[in-house]
Amino acid sequence: MDILSSFNYWAVIILMMIGFYIIIANNNLVKKIIGINIFQTSIFIMFISMGKVIDGTAPILSESATLYSSPLPHVLILTAIVVGISTTALALAIIIRIHTAFGTIEDDKIQQEIK
Amino acid sequence: MITSQLPALQVILPLAAAPLCVILHHRTLAWVIALLVSIFSFCISCALFNQVLSENTITYAMGGWVAPWGIEYYIDKLTAYMLLIINGVAVLVLLGARRSIENEIASDRIYLFYTTFLLNLTGLLGVITTGDAFNLFVFIEIASLSSYAMISLGKDKRSLYAAFKYLIFGTIGASFILISVGLLYVVTGTLNIVDLSEKLLIADNRATITTAFVFFVVGIGIKAAIFPLHLWLPDAYTYSPSIVSTFLAGTTTKVFIYVLIRFVYSLFGYEFSFFVESFHYVLMVSACAAILYGSYLAIKQDSLKRTLAYSSIAQIGYMFLGISLITELGLMSSLIHIFNHAFIKVGLFLAVTAIIYSYNTDSIEKIAGLAKTSPFVFLLFIISGLSLIGVPLTSGFISKWYLIKASLEADYWILVFIIVISSVLAIIYIGRIIEAAYFKVSDKQTATVDLDKKIPYLLFVSLVFISCINIYFGIETTLNVDMASQIANELINK
Repeated sequence: MDILSSFNYWAVIILMMIGFYIIIANNNLVKKIIGINIFQTSIFIMFISMGKVIDGTAPILSESATLYSSPLPHVLILTAIVVGISTTALALAIIIRIHTAFGTIEDDKIQQEIK
Repeated sequence: MITSQLPALQVILPLAAAPLCVILHHRTLAWVIALLVSIFSFCISCALFNQVLSENTITYAMGGWVAPWGIEYYIDKLTAYMLLIINGVAVLVLLGARRSIENEIASDRIYLFYTTFLLNLTGLLGVITTGDAFNLFVFIEIASLSSYAMISLGKDKRSLYAAFKYLIFGTIGASFILISVGLLYVVTGTLNIVDLSEKLLIADNRATITTAFVFFVVGIGIKAAIFPLHLWLPDAYTYSPSIVSTFLAGTTTKVFIYVLIRFVYSLFGYEFSFFVESFHYVLMVSACAAILYGSYLAIKQDSLKRTLAYSSIAQIGYMFLGISLITELGLMSSLIHIFNHAFIKVGLFLAVTAIIYSYNTDSIEKIAGLAKTSPFVFLLFIISGLSLIGVPLTSGFISKWYLIKASLEADYWILVFIIVISSVLAIIYIGRIIEAAYFKVSDKQTATVDLDKKIPYLLFVSLVFISCINIYFGIETTLNVDMASQIANELINK
């Protein structure tokens, strides 16, 4: 019962660990970025699910509703999504330049070449 | 009238100037704009510093929305002190930047360097001034994203990989900070730091607060490069353009140590962080490890910049060590070291920038005998180097003096030994460079040395200025020591 009542956190943790594992274990730089994206998305889900108030409606002022969900986490996450997209864009731009400079985007091959 | 808008201007000025550099698309103009903006910004921070001395705290409601609903800029003595350091470093670095940047960055990308530099400055100043936990995360990301871009601007292709590595580490760190902010919001329903600190005291969900605290510490640890989380730092400092390394070494890590101090003392609360969570033991062990490990590895490097990078890891250890003593004197020594080390490291890195500019080499072997051809640069390198070691009459001595005094006061004799050992190691790694430059005779002919490429005038001016700062604050310490003692007193006895 206790586990079920906080299932959103379990989903977040599982997603987060999947993302984290990809970042650490994958050799391909683009896949690492995919890992980072999954990692960040899990945090977004955490924020959004936190904003939900049980029995609360959408936060639009009306006479029929007395209980509202919190809109603030959604607003914060809009900003965080923008930050996430910028990070992804910058990372992909760097990967393109890594590819032109090293001719590969495999982590181990780049490290060999640097040594 | 205008004085009430200063906290906002401090952040908005560099933010507004950054796109101007892109629009003008001219490398010299971009440099002029960046330099002017940093000088203005420095003046603003001086004005804020003055204002804080008389008024204690300044709050500024962004857009007229009153805290805790709106975003508040909160300036107290600690904030003003940090603003002064960051802006001072920015002015000195930009002053000497032009020629070296033209040398080390492809000419069609130079204006982009100044753009990212200004964005980075915006981020760092924003992190310091903001009083809102989520806004803090956004500014951290502005500062970090622009520093990844700055690192990758170099001609050396290894800088790309260094930037990518930093990006992965940095994003994980920032995400951890975001998780922490989210958990704090769940517990308290507010994001304003002052408001959070009050509501955390009466919150009953201790497990969530502890989780938030741990996520925050690990996230900030990655960003500030505390010992086991420092892996991105050596590559980022070594392969990026010299001016970029100079600026990052002088500012980024210090700003994150500021965030740690701000959160531990003003948000989570001193009692909670140290007495409930025994956080200081973790901090002390990793600080000692950082000091010994960084100093030891600095000796083994054969690149000038890499030596300084590992030395930075050790110096960050000193700053954390001061905090981990949980005494007023310890916090004070940490704040003094943040101030002194910013200028010491910038001095050393700028000297290396000058060496790389003139001789196009970063290797300790290849600078053999070069002190004869450019005696002044090496003299200035020695002044900053002595300050790093902690020789009396230099600013480094003052920081070490207070740190040792704080360790003795807290009855940690072993820390004194660690500080002394690390100072000896610092003598060795700075000594190696000085020995190579002064006493070794280069076996290869100096024909490869391009003597015509003299040190740029402005770089020289900025180097002389920093050396003066390093000596001045070793003799006359009223500004930083008094300020640090007042800040420490306020933070602990609040």
